[in-house]
Amino acid sequence: MSVVFAAAGPVTLLGVAREGQAATAGQILLWVAVPYAAFAIFLAGFCYRVALWAWSPVPFRIPTTCGQQKSLPWIQPASLENPSTGMGVLGRMALEILLFRSLFRNNRAELHDGQYVFGESKWLWLGALAFHWALLVIVLRHLRLLVQPVPTFVTVLARWDSFFQIGTPALYVSDVVVVCAGLYLLLRRWHDPLARYISRFADYFVLLLLLGIAGSGMLMRYGTRVDLVNVKRLALGLATFHPVIPDGLSVVFLIHLMLVCTLAVYFPFSKLVHMGGVFLSPTRNLANNNRMKRHINPWNYPVKTHTYAEWENEFREKIKAAGIPLDEAESGGTTNTD
Amino acid sequence: MAEQLIQIENKPPNGDWRDPRVEFRKGVFCYSAQPKNVAYLGMANPRPWQPFDSDWKLPSDWKQIILEGLKDRLKKYRSFRLFMDICVRCGACADKCHFYLGSGDPKNMPVMRAELLRSVYVRYFTAGGRIFGAGRELTEDVIKEWFYYFYQCTECRRCSVFCPYGIDTAEITMIGRELLNLIGCNINWILEPAANCFRTGNHLGIQPHGFKASLEFAADELEEITGIRVELPINRKGAEILFVMPSADYFATPHYFTLLGYMTLFHEIGLDFTYSAFASEGGNFGLFTSHEMTKRLNAKIYEEARRLGVKWILGGECGHMWRVLHQYMDTMNGPADFLEAPVSPITGTRFENARSTRMVHICEFTADLLYHNKLKLAPKRNDNLAVTFHDSCNPARAMGLLEEPRYILRRACNRFYEMPENTIREQTFCCGSGSGLGTDENLEMRLRGGFPRANAVKYVKEKHGVNLLACICAIDKATLPTLMDYWVPGVQVAGVHELLGNALVMTGEKERTTNLRDEPLPAEVTHA
Repeated sequence: MSVVFAAAGPVTLLGVAREGQAATAGQILLWVAVPYAAFAIFLAGFCYRVALWAWSPVPFRIPTTCGQQKSLPWIQPASLENPSTGMGVLGRMALEILLFRSLFRNNRAELHDGQYVFGESKWLWLGALAFHWALLVIVLRHLRLLVQPVPTFVTVLARWDSFFQIGTPALYVSDVVVVCAGLYLLLRRWHDPLARYISRFADYFVLLLLLGIAGSGMLMRYGTRVDLVNVKRLALGLATFHPVIPDGLSVVFLIHLMLVCTLAVYFPFSKLVHMGGVFLSPTRNLANNNRMKRHINPWNYPVKTHTYAEWENEFREKIKAAGIPLDEAESGGTTNTD
Repeated sequence: MAEQLIQIENKPPNGDWRDPRVEFRKGVFCYSAQPKNVAYLGMANPRPWQPFDSDWKLPSDWKQIILEGLKDRLKKYRSFRLFMDICVRCGACADKCHFYLGSGDPKNMPVMRAELLRSVYVRYFTAGGRIFGAGRELTEDVIKEWFYYFYQCTECRRCSVFCPYGIDTAEITMIGRELLNLIGCNINWILEPAANCFRTGNHLGIQPHGFKASLEFAADELEEITGIRVELPINRKGAEILFVMPSADYFATPHYFTLLGYMTLFHEIGLDFTYSAFASEGGNFGLFTSHEMTKRLNAKIYEEARRLGVKWILGGECGHMWRVLHQYMDTMNGPADFLEAPVSPITGTRFENARSTRMVHICEFTADLLYHNKLKLAPKRNDNLAVTFHDSCNPARAMGLLEEPRYILRRACNRFYEMPENTIREQTFCCGSGSGLGTDENLEMRLRGGFPRANAVKYVKEKHGVNLLACICAIDKATLPTLMDYWVPGVQVAGVHELLGNALVMTGEKERTTNLRDEPLPAEVTHA
C-alpha cells in the first residue's frame, strides 16, 4: 500500500501544473514531492514498527492486575481494573486509551519529617489528556481541507470546537488547549527535577515541533489570514493524486507544511510510536484468566529438569529410613508401603 | 540502641546518567554466585569473582553474547520489544519505586532502569543508533551498571500500575538478568537456592528425611499447644489434594507458625491431602534467573501431582511462587489434563477460576470455608494483636488476590486496620528484599527499599496501635521482621494462616493457653 504511494509521488510530478504555466522544479519539490515522500515514510515506517510488535510472540500472559481478581462467586471482581474476559479487556483498554486511566492513578511522593506522604498529582494526567484530545480534534478538523464535500461530522466538530464564538474567525478551543497543554508538558520537563533528569533531546524536540506546528497554524488562522481556498486546492490535489500548485500560498503556510512533513518523517523513528504501541501492551491488553484458560507459548521448548526418579535414586536410603513411600525399591520392583 | 538510622533524603538528581560507572559499596549489593552452583545448574562461566573486583573475568566474546542474547529476546518477547520502543519518559513511574524512594539514586527510577538497557538497544538495534550514534555503547562498565541496578529491582511491578503504557520494569529486569546470566554475572543468594531446589526439590536444600523431621517437629509443637496430634501424610499416592508450600514454611521463623496454621486447618476439616518431599518447594528462584530456569524448577509440581495421582493442587502462602503458578506454570509445564478442576471437598465449591491450571491458593480455599461457615473461630484469641495487612507484590499485581486474605483476617481477628490507600492493594509497597535480594550483605539497600512500606506501617502503628503485620509471602516473612525492627520496632510479622490457626477452634482441643507462637493468650480469653 505505502509502496504504491511512494511510487505515485514522482509519477504524478510530471503532470503538475501551476496555474496554466509549468511549475519550476523547486516548487514541485516543496509543495508536492516533500509532502508525498514524508507521508510515504510515515506510513511505511509506522506500519513496519507496528508489524514488528504484532509479529513478536506473546509467550506468557502477564497482565498487571490493578484490582480484585475473579475468584469466588461472592467476591466482587474489579472487571475493568483486573478483567477476566475479552469484554473486560476492551473496557480496560478503552479507559486506558481514551482517558489515560493509569496516568490518573499518579500520586506524588513527598518526604515530610522523614515520612513519605503520597499526595494527589493529577496535573500530568490532565495536561497529557488535554494535549492528546486537542491534537485529535485538530487532526480531524483538518479533514475539511482533504475531503470534498466536507463530512458532516467535521463541520459539527468545528462548530463545537468554536462554541464560545470569540473573535472572527472564531477561536477554536482545541487550539488554546493544545498550546496550553503543550507548554505545560514542556515547562514541566524543564521545571521538575525528576522530569529534567530523564528527558532527552528527543523529548523536547517533539514537543517543540508540535508546538511549532500548532503555532504556525494558529498564526495563519488568527493572524496572517491564509488564503484557505488555495490551501484547500493544494491539499485536495495532493489527496486525490492530481497535485496542483495554486498561486498565493504564503510563507507561513509553507513553514507549517514543512513542520508537518518533519513530524511525519520523524514519527516512525521516535517515541511517538507509542500511538500504536499502547494498543499492544501485554500487561494491559490480556485478560487475567490465567488459571481458567491455558495460554500457549509458541516457542515453548523442552528443558532439562530433575525428575522424580533421579531424586528418588539420589536420596533412596534417606527416603527409606524416614519411612516415606518409594516408587521403586532397590531391586527395581514397586513397593507399596500403605 | 542509639545507632544512627539511615538518612532517607530526596534530593533532585544531577549529573549525566549516561556515565555507567557505579560504586560497589558494602551493604548495597549482593555477592556473586559460587562457581559450584553455577556449574551444577549448567550455566555459563562458573568462576570465582566478586562485583567489587575490577576484573569480572567475562568470557572473551561477552559483548557478542550479550548482543545476540538481546536480539534473540527482542524476537521472542513482544513485551520486551514494545517496552524498549514506546516509553515517552513522562516520569509517572519515577517516584513509584521503593528503591528510588529509599535510596534517592536517580537510576533507581523505573524509567532510568529501563533506559540503561534501552540505550544499548537504541545504539545497536535502531536506525537512530546505527546511523546517528544515538544511545550508549556496550562496555564492561555498562555490564557492571546493569548488574548493580538489575539486582536492585525486586520485580514488584508497582511502576507498571502507574505507567500509561503498562511498561513493566519486572519484565525488563528479568530480561536484563537473563542477559547477565549468559556471561556468568549472577548472585549467590539466587543461584544457591536455585541449585538446591533443582537437586533436593527445595531452596533450602532440605533432604527427604529432614523434610519429614521438620513436619514432625511442627506436629509435636502443635500437640503441646492444642492437645491434638495432626496427621503427616508425605508422598502419599491416591490423596485427593497435593499441598505445596514454600520451604521456608517448614524451616524458618515466623513462617513456621503459618505451617502450624495450615496443619490445624487441614486436620479440623479432615482434608484428604498429602505433602511431598519432592515437590517440597512452591517458590521458584528460577524466576529471578531466567524463564528457562523458572520452567526447570517448576516442572516438579505437575510431575509430582501426576505421579501421586491427586485430583488437584493446593498452594500455600508465597508471593513470587504465585506469580509463577498463576502466570507461568500452565503455559510452561501444562496442560494439567491429568488433574481435575478443583472442587472443595468440604463446601463443594468449584474453583472455576482455577479450572485449567488446577491449583488453588490457600486463601481462596480458606475464604470459601469461612464463607460457608465450616470453621468455628474464636477471634478473641487474637485480641492482643492489632493487625494490618501487607499485600505481597505478586499476589496483588499479578493475580489480584486482594479480598480473600482480608476476608480471613477480618473473621480471625477483631482488630484489623488498613494502611493508607496508596500503599496497599495494587499500590502496595514491596518489602524491599524480593526477587532474591534478601541477603544480609545487601542489608542497607534492603532497609532503604523497605522504607516506604515501613513508613506506612509506622503510620498505622501510631494511629491504631498496630503491632502485627500480616502477609502471605515467604520472602516477606523472612525479611519484614528485620525491616520492622529497624524502622518500626514493636511490630511482629505473621502469615494469615497463623492468625487463622490461633483463632480456629478444633474439635476436641484442650483449653488453649497460648497462641501458635507459645505466647500467652489475652487474659480475657483464658479467664472467660
